Amino acid sequence: MTTYVSPRAASWLQAAPFALIMTCLVLIPLGIIVVVSFMDFGFAEIIPEFYLGNWQDVLRSSLTIDTYVTVFRQLAYVWTITLVLGFTISYYLIFHIRSNIWRAIFLAACAIPFWTSGPIRMISWVPLLGREGLVNQALMGAGLIDQPISWLLYSEFSVIVVYVNMLTMAMAGPIANSMAKISPSVIQAAWDQGATEWQTIVEVIIPLIKPGFVVGTIFIITAVMGDGFLVRAMSGNQVNTPAVAIMNEINAFQFPPAAAKSVVLLVVVLTMVGLLLRFVDIRKELAR
Amino acid sequence: MTEIKKKGLSRRSVLKGAAASVGAAIGSGAITGFPTYWAQASKDITITHVGSIYTTNPTVSEQANKDLGFTVQMQTLDNTTQINRMLTQPETIDVADFGNTNMGYFKNRGILMPIPVSEYRYWDKTVPLFTQGTYADGNPYSMQGYAPIKSQFWADQSAQEYSLTPTDWLVGIPIMYNADTLGVRPDLVPHKVESWGDLFNSEFAGKVALQDGVNVGVPDAAVALEAAGLMTYVDKGNMTREEIDKTIDLLIELKRAGHFRSFWTNFDQSVQLMASGEVVLQSMFAPAVTEVRTRGIECQYLPLKEGSRGWYIFQSAMAHLDGGDKLRRDCVMEYMNWCNSGFNGVYFSRQGFYSSVPDLMKEQLSENDYGYWYEGKAATADIIDPFGKVMEKAGAVRDGGSLWDRMGNVGIWNTLMDEDRYLVRRWQDFMAA
Repeated sequence: MTTYVSPRAASWLQAAPFALIMTCLVLIPLGIIVVVSFMDFGFAEIIPEFYLGNWQDVLRSSLTIDTYVTVFRQLAYVWTITLVLGFTISYYLIFHIRSNIWRAIFLAACAIPFWTSGPIRMISWVPLLGREGLVNQALMGAGLIDQPISWLLYSEFSVIVVYVNMLTMAMAGPIANSMAKISPSVIQAAWDQGATEWQTIVEVIIPLIKPGFVVGTIFIITAVMGDGFLVRAMSGNQVNTPAVAIMNEINAFQFPPAAAKSVVLLVVVLTMVGLLLRFVDIRKELAR
Repeated sequence: MTEIKKKGLSRRSVLKGAAASVGAAIGSGAITGFPTYWAQASKDITITHVGSIYTTNPTVSEQANKDLGFTVQMQTLDNTTQINRMLTQPETIDVADFGNTNMGYFKNRGILMPIPVSEYRYWDKTVPLFTQGTYADGNPYSMQGYAPIKSQFWADQSAQEYSLTPTDWLVGIPIMYNADTLGVRPDLVPHKVESWGDLFNSEFAGKVALQDGVNVGVPDAAVALEAAGLMTYVDKGNMTREEIDKTIDLLIELKRAGHFRSFWTNFDQSVQLMASGEVVLQSMFAPAVTEVRTRGIECQYLPLKEGSRGWYIFQSAMAHLDGGDKLRRDCVMEYMNWCNSGFNGVYFSRQGFYSSVPDLMKEQLSENDYGYWYEGKAATADIIDPFGKVMEKAGAVRDGGSLWDRMGNVGIWNTLMDEDRYLVRRWQDFMAA
């Protein structure tokens, strides 16, 4: 018994469930957020009247600039550090460890921290970096400082440290994945041509791991731009980023300005991701 | 939950407990047909009580279910979630408790049930903070911020607007209250702290913290700014835009100079900051100070000359009960009466909160406990907190003295300002600075 469905209808049918999910769970809520951003508000209420104040505030105020400057600065630090760490870790694992067993063991070791929940890994930095924390105690004990350093904790420094701790694997994973796909014969060929290790890295490996690098970068961008919790906890609420600003307004039941800020944040993140994807055709690379 | 409790081992104790604790109510005629019929009929009822971590806990709910002829289900929510749920799904809640900083959200909403004074058994035993708007000695208190009397009575049964003068309709039943000041690490602060102004003393630069938020952090900062001679206000609890601007600008200046160590969001963070010595002086809540001390670290909670920052927690029933099932409404009233009648009050009194009916507590707390917590007397034996830990050794005296030494000098109450919208906006600038 065969029922005939045209190829065209079949592809519509195949796409339908996902289209339905996207519409109901993403597009409609997003539409509501956009609509709410144009409404006035009172004490914990949204007044359904057309109001431009939220947008005027977002587009004109120095708060927007301040928070984006802060988050881009954080992003630059975190991206650079995780990229260097991610690349070197992956390079060592893929090209320097010959034994598959050891490679598996080291990969597992990288994953072990993820057995603990994120907030706990984050909070456990507090007793380490505090004024009377282990780092300060060690430095004092070694006679390197005679006053505890206070900028180790509740500062942008602690925010960056914890971001690096939480996100390095998000960068290393995709890069390692790309490196593992490089055929050993390609490397061998480079060696045979007399390339040094450095030349091999720059001229062979880096061009070939572009997709991993782009995927890792997207992970970092979305994580740093969208986070408020980590920033608040590690900076002692002293640093304001776009996501923190949204959280603050939601906590004060001021939904319309929070909605406007969310739309701006979404546009910024999508633009960044869109630009990155122009450099690499992820679909093609993944299929490789 | 319902299924478990229905199987009624507790039924017998219910009748017993209800008969004992509710005797007074029969006389007042609040509940008719009591107790036999009522206890039989109410056994299938489950009421939902939502509240904060301070007011909802397993120990209290277990006792309530033992004492009452119906089931009380407690749900602990964070403040934001709770207010959102109360405003958007009030019918999923029967009883709610909330702090005074939320009162501004409930006006004109029709979500709270007006509670007839006649159905609340302990109104004549309630401290005049709530019933009259005065201290125990009859003197009026500061009306800066959300003072209790500002939202104690509904103007009429429609429960839309608050009334400053007594009416027959209560907005809620006052459960607990206290007055907060600065927490101080005496071992790390060289001199005795007597004024809020010390919060902005350059001597403590980089070692102070504020609560992060506009309802508590801003009033604290305002009291301290005024004490330090940097600002004057008409009403710190309800600032004008100009006052907000000047306040935030001053705070930004202090922040840029590195004056603040941190801004804490919850109880645990404030305990952590103090216990680890990151901060030596900060605005703090009473139980957090208790917690620091329980860890064996000195932490003072001194009366300051500008007065303390008062707050209270109300319990209210939700509007859907009126016009709904009468029996259910009676159970809710019965539960609310139970909440102030003894066990619950004793439990949180021993954490350092005050009951709105201290005379009832006196009957039920040990002499040592009542003397220490309410009368400012030296403990005659170790003070044990409700979790069984030794909190103070014999001989200790509570910071701030007796109930009225402490509550009798409130400079400002936790608040929700009319210019909240502008204040939140400017607070964000402060955090971004």
